[in-house]
Amino acid sequence: MSVLKGLLTADAAADRVVPPAGFTVRLTLFSAAAMAFLAVFALALSLASGRLAQSWGDQLARSSTVRISAAPEEMSAQTTAALRVLETTPGIEDARALTVEEQQALLEPWFGPDLPVDTLPVPQLIDITETSDGYDAAGLRLRLSAEVPGAVLDDHTRWRRPLVAAASSLRLLGWLSILLIAAATGAMITLAANAALAANAQVIAVLRLVGATDSYIAGAFVRRFTLRALAGATVGTVLAVLGILLMPNAGEAGGFLTGLGFQGWHWILPLLVPPLAAVVALGATQAAARRVLGELA
Amino acid sequence: MSATLCIETRAMLLHNRTNRNQAGARVIELENVAYSYGGGELLTDISLNLAPASFHFLTGPSGAGKTTFLKLCYGALQATGGHVRLFDRDVMQMDRDAIALSRRRIGVVHQDCQFLDHLSVADNIALPLVASGQDSPDEQANLRELMGWVGLSGRADALPPELSGGERQRAALARAVIMSPDVILADEPTGNVDWEMSQRLLKLLVELNRMGKTIMIATHDLALIRAAKQQVQARVLRISNRRLQLAGADL
Repeated sequence: MSVLKGLLTADAAADRVVPPAGFTVRLTLFSAAAMAFLAVFALALSLASGRLAQSWGDQLARSSTVRISAAPEEMSAQTTAALRVLETTPGIEDARALTVEEQQALLEPWFGPDLPVDTLPVPQLIDITETSDGYDAAGLRLRLSAEVPGAVLDDHTRWRRPLVAAASSLRLLGWLSILLIAAATGAMITLAANAALAANAQVIAVLRLVGATDSYIAGAFVRRFTLRALAGATVGTVLAVLGILLMPNAGEAGGFLTGLGFQGWHWILPLLVPPLAAVVALGATQAAARRVLGELA
Repeated sequence: MSATLCIETRAMLLHNRTNRNQAGARVIELENVAYSYGGGELLTDISLNLAPASFHFLTGPSGAGKTTFLKLCYGALQATGGHVRLFDRDVMQMDRDAIALSRRRIGVVHQDCQFLDHLSVADNIALPLVASGQDSPDEQANLRELMGWVGLSGRADALPPELSGGERQRAALARAVIMSPDVILADEPTGNVDWEMSQRLLKLLVELNRMGKTIMIATHDLALIRAAKQQVQARVLRISNRRLQLAGADL
């Protein structure tokens, strides 16, 4: 708290005791901007992965399909029998056989719009919607195998889980990337601060000669690096947000890549990147200053 | 340059900035101090008590350890043996911040002046005020008075490399006294200036001593010491063979 107070109340004379020039200025600004840029994209990636995992989970968790493969003359009877079984199964809210048009629409991406589904031995699909409690898949499979030999239950679990797990992992990797970016930012600013402190050993000696305390000397460097990191991160964040805004939006159909933006209150999160970069810079410079001032004593 | 203090400058230099209690206090005391560096002993068994308002010269051949001795006196170096006490506090028991606070009561004039070359002369002189958070607008008026006292009124905005040797020494002296310290330690303050300028600097230091400041000047310049002894009661100390001795009466 006292550090923040010192940052806010520092006067111009105190800031001028450290020479303003040096490559560390550009290094700090550039690294903070680059890291903020990457952090915003990692944040967007993580949030988009989270949304995707949530969406896939929600969409697939409560739906499943019964596929009936039978001779054309038995198809109708088996479909009716399967629907009867499904209607009497606890945990199933609704079961509905897809129409020819709906099945044609499902196959359209592969075979085109003119496919005569009714003349082909295409399985009949029954779409199942579960209640919130769900149903006993194993029990339903047993009943279907007994009463509708051509019916196969696909509860999507088999392929849903890896997808949701992958999306969740991607979200986790996004957050891990943000942590690594913060650590890399801290490391770079530590290097820059070390270089600046070493280059200004004579300035430090003069300040000590006139009775400056270590906290005063460290404060002059900490303020400078914190404000530079804040400025650089602000530029990086603005550029990253602009980049995300300029990405094409293909809506739901676009899927993951075009859904990489922020939604709703998540737009607040990129605004936190510059102050967090400043906090990282503050901590890194303070630690570097404490160490270097101890060595120079 | 006027070596006579005007009333305002005198008041400023006498102003107590650190709520110190000077009554009967010892300013700097060394007790059986030794200092070793790189395996060799530079100073050994040195004892000295700098009383308030005393005036000392420190002489000795080059490399005898005069600068090291002064650094021990203001806590820039830690003794490897014995005790150094600044204002009754043992340096060994003080952390770096405590030493820094003590240093505000000790004005130091280096031979090479040690300025921050990117700051103006006025900013360099005001540096102790800035570092101690006392750079108020009132202090700016005092700063102008002080710069007038050392004859640098017209050089306030100059950068240190633009100053002559004498101007640099006067600026260093102004910086050393701006906090109204109890003690002024000067390391070869007249080493880079001509005789006339060294006399001017000496007058400033004598004036400060008459105001109650303790002065110690490390110098090779025996003529300066003789000139000083005509104006002030001064002890002359000599570092020889790693030890501190009272110098001969011929000085």
